[in-house]
Amino acid sequence: MMRRWSWAWVIGVPLLALAVWGIADNARLFFATLLNGLTLAALYFLVASGFTLVFGLLRNVNLAHGSIYLIGAYVGWVVGEYLGSWFLAVAAGFLFAALLGLVLQVGVFRFMPGQDLRQTMATIALSIVAADIALWIWGGEIYQFDPPGWIIGATPLPIVGKFPTYRLALLATAIVIGVGLWWFLVRTRVGMMIRAGVDDRAMLSASGVDVQKLFAITFAIGAGLAGFAGVVGGTALSIAPGEDTRYLLASLVVVIVGGMGSVTGAALGAVLVGVAEQFGMAYAPTYGIMFTFIIMVLVLAFRPQGILGRRA
Amino acid sequence: MSAAQWRKAMNFTAASRDWSGGRAVSPPARRITTPQVANGRRLWRHIGARHVVVLAAVLLYPWIVPPFFTFQIGGQALALGLIALSLTFLAGYGGMLSLAQMTVAGIAGYVIAILGESGTPQISLGWPWWLVVLLAVAAGTASATFIGWLSVRTEGIYTIMITLAIGVAFFYLAQQNYEIFNGFQGFQKVVPPVVLGVDWRSPVPYYYLALFWALAGYFFVKYLIRAPFGVALQGVRDNARRMSALGFSPVAHRVAAYAVAGVIASIGGVLLVWYNGLITPGSVGTGWLINILIIAVLGGMRHPIGPFIGAVVFVLLQNFAIDLVDRERFNLVIGVIFLVIVLFSPDGLLGWWDWLRDRASLRFASSRSAARGNGWRSVGVQQTRPAGRS
Repeated sequence: MMRRWSWAWVIGVPLLALAVWGIADNARLFFATLLNGLTLAALYFLVASGFTLVFGLLRNVNLAHGSIYLIGAYVGWVVGEYLGSWFLAVAAGFLFAALLGLVLQVGVFRFMPGQDLRQTMATIALSIVAADIALWIWGGEIYQFDPPGWIIGATPLPIVGKFPTYRLALLATAIVIGVGLWWFLVRTRVGMMIRAGVDDRAMLSASGVDVQKLFAITFAIGAGLAGFAGVVGGTALSIAPGEDTRYLLASLVVVIVGGMGSVTGAALGAVLVGVAEQFGMAYAPTYGIMFTFIIMVLVLAFRPQGILGRRA
Repeated sequence: MSAAQWRKAMNFTAASRDWSGGRAVSPPARRITTPQVANGRRLWRHIGARHVVVLAAVLLYPWIVPPFFTFQIGGQALALGLIALSLTFLAGYGGMLSLAQMTVAGIAGYVIAILGESGTPQISLGWPWWLVVLLAVAAGTASATFIGWLSVRTEGIYTIMITLAIGVAFFYLAQQNYEIFNGFQGFQKVVPPVVLGVDWRSPVPYYYLALFWALAGYFFVKYLIRAPFGVALQGVRDNARRMSALGFSPVAHRVAAYAVAGVIASIGGVLLVWYNGLITPGSVGTGWLINILIIAVLGGMRHPIGPFIGAVVFVLLQNFAIDLVDRERFNLVIGVIFLVIVLFSPDGLLGWWDWLRDRASLRFASSRSAARGNGWRSVGVQQTRPAGRS
C-alpha cells in the first residue's frame, strides 16, 4: 500500500507542479488545452472501446480497426451528402461498419479459431486492401461533414472563452456511449455473456451459449463503434487517407495504457493519452508524440498488463 | 515414416506454434553428430548441390542481367531481405512478431544521414563514413534492445501491438521533428562513400556489397539457430516456463534475440538508405513496417532463406505489378497476395515448395523422401542434448 502511494507522489507531485506553473503562466491556454485534450480523449475512447471489446472477448487484435473507422467515415459522408442529414450519416457510418465487422467475423475470422497470430496478420492484410480500396474510391481529397447549424457554433465558457460547441457535444456523446456500454455489459443478458466469455470462453460455450453468435455480435458492436467514431470524429476534424493509421495507433496506445479488454481501462487510457497529446502539442510541438510514447513506456515498464488490465 | 509425418512429429505448424514444448523427440539417425567429428566435415556437411548452384547464380547474376535488374531488383531485394531476415529470426525462432524491425533499420538510416553527409548540411555533421556506419549499427542495435526490453514484458499478440505502436510513434516523431529528423522532407542525397576507388552506389559494386552482407546475415542466422543460444531461444519460444525451470532466463534470451535481430536490421537499414539515397518519415511509416512483415511471411518464416525469396517476389511485384494493374494499385495487389498467403499457406512460399516436393517425392519412393524430409527444417532442431549454457 505504501508503495502505491509513493508512486502517486513520484508522478503526481511533478505533474501538479507543472499544472500550477501552467495555470499561473497562462490560465486560458492551460484550460483550453485541457478541454481540447478531453474532447480528443472522447474521440479516442469511442474508437478504442470497440477495439478493446473485440480484443477482450475474441483475443483478436483487429489491426483493421483504423480502416473500419475510415471506411465508416467515408460511407457516412456519402450518405450525408446524398440524403443531406448528418444524423443519418452517423447512423449509416455505424451500421455499415457494424455490417463490415459482422462479415469479417463470420466470413474470415470464424475459420481460424484460436490462431490469434494468423487472425492478426489477416487483419493487417485486410487493412492494406481496405486502405487502398478507399483511396481508389474516394481519392486523396480531404472530406468535411456538414453537421446541423446549431451544433457547429461556439459556446462561451468561463476562463477558456469561446469553445466549439461540437467538441462539447462530442465529449457528452462519448460519456453517454461510455455509460451505455457499461450498462450494456453489466445489466443486459448479452453483456453478461460477453463478460463471461472474456473470463472463460470454453466454460461459456459449455453452458450452452452460442459462442459464435456472441462473437459476431461483439465484433459488430466493436466495428460499429469505430464507424460511429469515424463520422463523429471526421466531423470534428476531417477525413483523409492516413487517418486510419492515426486512429489505429491511438487505439493501440489507449488499450496498452488502459489495460487490454477493459472498457473502463479504455476510458482511463483515452483520457491520459488525449490530454497528454494536446498538452504536448501546445507546449512542445515537435516532440508532442513523445508524451504519448513516454506514457506507454512507463506503463509497460511498471505495469505491463495496463493500468486496469488483468494478467492474461 | 513419410516426410509429412516427420514434419508433424518434429515441427510446429503456424497453426500450433506452441506444440508440446521441448518434449524429447528422437531425431533422425543421420542427424546425430557428436561435436568430436572433425570441424571441417561438420561445416561442409550441409552444403549440397543446390547451395552451389544458388551461390553461383547470385554471384554471376550482375554479369547476366542489365544494370536495372542488378540494382533495382537485386540490390533492393538483398537489402530488404536482410531487414526481413531479422524479423524471421525474431518471429520464426524467437516467437516474437515484431513490427518495429523497419523502425530499427530506419533509426540506423537516420543516423547515417544525420552524422554523415546529406543534402541538408545544416543538420548533417559530415563525420567519416566508417565511424558513421559503426555508430549507425550501434544506435540501431541499442534501439532494438530497448524495443525488445519493452515488448518482452508481454507475450504473443501483445508484441505486435506494442512494436507497431513504437514504430508508428517513431514515424510521427520523425515527421513532426525538424531539429533532428528534418521533418517531412527527411534527408536527400545520402550516398555510399567512395572507398578504395570504387563508387559503391553504382549497380555492380552495390550489388556485391549487399550480397556480401546478405550472405553474412544468412549464414550468421543459420549458425546461430544451431548454436546453444539459438536452441535455447527456440526452447523459450516453444515453452518459456519449462525453459525457465531448466535454469534459462526467457527474458534475457528474448532481449538478446532482439539485440541480434537489431544488428541485422541495422546493417540492412544502412544498405537500404544507401540504395534509396534518401531517408524520409515515409521510409519508416506504417506501410513499410508492414511490408517487412509481408516479405517475411511471403517467403516463409521457417528458414533464413525465406525472407530473401519473399524480398525478391516483393520487389518483382513492386516493379512489374504496374504492368498488370494500375500503377496506383500496387498496395491492393500486395495486400491480396498477403491475405491469400496468410489464409491458405501459413508457411509462405517455402510451404508451397515443401508441398510440391512432397508431392513429387511421393511419386518416386517414400523411403527416399523420408531420408531427405528434414532438409528445409532448421526450426525443428533436435534437442537431445540440452543446449548447455553452463
